[in-house]
Amino acid sequence: MSLRSILDNLEPHFHKGGKYENWYALYEAVDTIFYTPGKVTKSAAHVRDAVDLKRIMILVWMCTFPAIFFGMYNVGLQANSAMADLGLTESTGWRGAIAAALTGFDPNSVWDNIIHGAVYWLPIYITTFVVGGFWEVLFAMKRGHEVNEGFFVTSVLFSLILPPTIPLWQVALGISFGVVIGKEVFGGTGKNFLNPALTARAFLFFAYPANMSGDAIWTAVDGFSGATPLGLAAAGGVDQILANNITWMDAFIGTIQGSVGETSTLAILIGGLIIMFARIAAWRIVAGVFLGMVGMSVLFNMIGSDTNPMFSVPFYWHMVLGGFAFGMFFMATDPVSASMTNTGKWVFGALIGVMVILIRVVNPAFPEGMMLAILFANLFAPLIDNFVVQANIKRRMKRNVV
Amino acid sequence: MEQYISLAVKAIFVENMALAFFLGMCTFLAISKKVQTAIGLGVAVVVVLVITVPVNNLIYNHLLREGALAWAGYPDVDLSFLGYISYIGVIAAIVQILEMFLDKFVPALYNALGVFLPLITVNCAIMGAALFMVERDYTFGESVVYGAGAGLGWAFAITALAGIREKLKYSDVPEGLRGLGITFITVGLMSLGFMSFSGVQL
Repeated sequence: MSLRSILDNLEPHFHKGGKYENWYALYEAVDTIFYTPGKVTKSAAHVRDAVDLKRIMILVWMCTFPAIFFGMYNVGLQANSAMADLGLTESTGWRGAIAAALTGFDPNSVWDNIIHGAVYWLPIYITTFVVGGFWEVLFAMKRGHEVNEGFFVTSVLFSLILPPTIPLWQVALGISFGVVIGKEVFGGTGKNFLNPALTARAFLFFAYPANMSGDAIWTAVDGFSGATPLGLAAAGGVDQILANNITWMDAFIGTIQGSVGETSTLAILIGGLIIMFARIAAWRIVAGVFLGMVGMSVLFNMIGSDTNPMFSVPFYWHMVLGGFAFGMFFMATDPVSASMTNTGKWVFGALIGVMVILIRVVNPAFPEGMMLAILFANLFAPLIDNFVVQANIKRRMKRNVV
Repeated sequence: MEQYISLAVKAIFVENMALAFFLGMCTFLAISKKVQTAIGLGVAVVVVLVITVPVNNLIYNHLLREGALAWAGYPDVDLSFLGYISYIGVIAAIVQILEMFLDKFVPALYNALGVFLPLITVNCAIMGAALFMVERDYTFGESVVYGAGAGLGWAFAITALAGIREKLKYSDVPEGLRGLGITFITVGLMSLGFMSFSGVQL
């Protein structure tokens, strides 16, 4: 008996009047994971295209894989190196026990590093997926919409922008806030106005700052404290980063402290360029973010400051530090919460680029600004579109009168 | 000069009337369904704030504060307990005069603003700006800048909210949350976005 016929046999139970009609959303989700959705548009005007929401979301999800694997490697590398420095031979807690059962803690072994990273990242991802998925399915069942693949993307993005040592109950709380308040109260994917993954992270950031920022959380070893390069830059500019034996190449490749998936600009670039060339991520937004960032940091370089070392950090350092690259490719280009018009995409991107530098340089409260910059730009995205549309209308009216 | 710029930036972004202090919420929530009217109301608030904050500043400094009546020969008199009633009276009077002025000389703008103009009298952002001005002891020049900044910040916020609400027309909000409920949540999420400025020291 083939899978298709099993699913077909089950289907009547899930329709109205069937035994499990409340669970239809779940059946539909499983069905469409294995097969193309059976639904076709029937009304008059529609475009036929091989690309649908499901394919887009799965592709974005797959494009985060370089960042995931490098992120796990780096979490393990940071932890193992820190343990080697401190002279520890075994890690504590249940995660350490699992890692010890599978492999050793040698910072020179890629395998050891990946396993040690995986015992930190995988529980975060599984928690995100289970808790977030629970809300997603609950809302889908109660409100009668489908379980959307958008959640794949939200969950993986959310798990990648967290520090590795975050307590799992906070992960659960954060994704609940992001999925329910950030998305589902507005009616699900495509109807929200903020990026749900960033909403979740911002919620955690303001609710539990001790577990989301500082020096002690970025390395998965108890009692080890190491600042992120951005924190170093805030303290003493680029010189301070170099003084800690971190070169630009290290920051670009990603063997630095930071959130799980954010550190490696290279790995993000690989995934990011794929979704950009597949035209899923709008290149105008990416270009806008980049140009805005370059323009603003050059401006700050020229202004200069005696007291604030962040003023003199050049743009090519800003590009590889913190969550900039990850935000630029995967967060800013979220098609739901970004601007929709072409001109609007440029403006929206530039606003993010300008804001991120502004927050990093001028705001001493937050060393990292990408998350807040994107959320801020999300607020203005509909307004930017509105102005672009109004300007178009005005221009066309003029043309017609003449 | 620099001090005025940083005061303006602070009033517009860091201490945004609507999204950091949650002042002027009633009009903020009620009249943010369309971008065009939101802009009109925003402009009206800016105009009223630019006039009322400096005028209240003069009244406070030359009539109400302790020792302010020295010029009239009463150096010991402290009328600051009359503050609230004077400020709201000044606001109401100025809004009324502005309304008559616009009706007579700029009827187009008068019609566009419609009922919002008199409603501004009871907008707590206006009163709030006057009270902040007193509390922080702004000079006359600062009060002009502060009035303009607070008004602009509020105008930005309501325009952004209107943009979002126009987009949310296509959303599918659960029945019990439709209308004001979802607007409250929206405003809460907006202020999360505006948290990016909290902590900026100017």
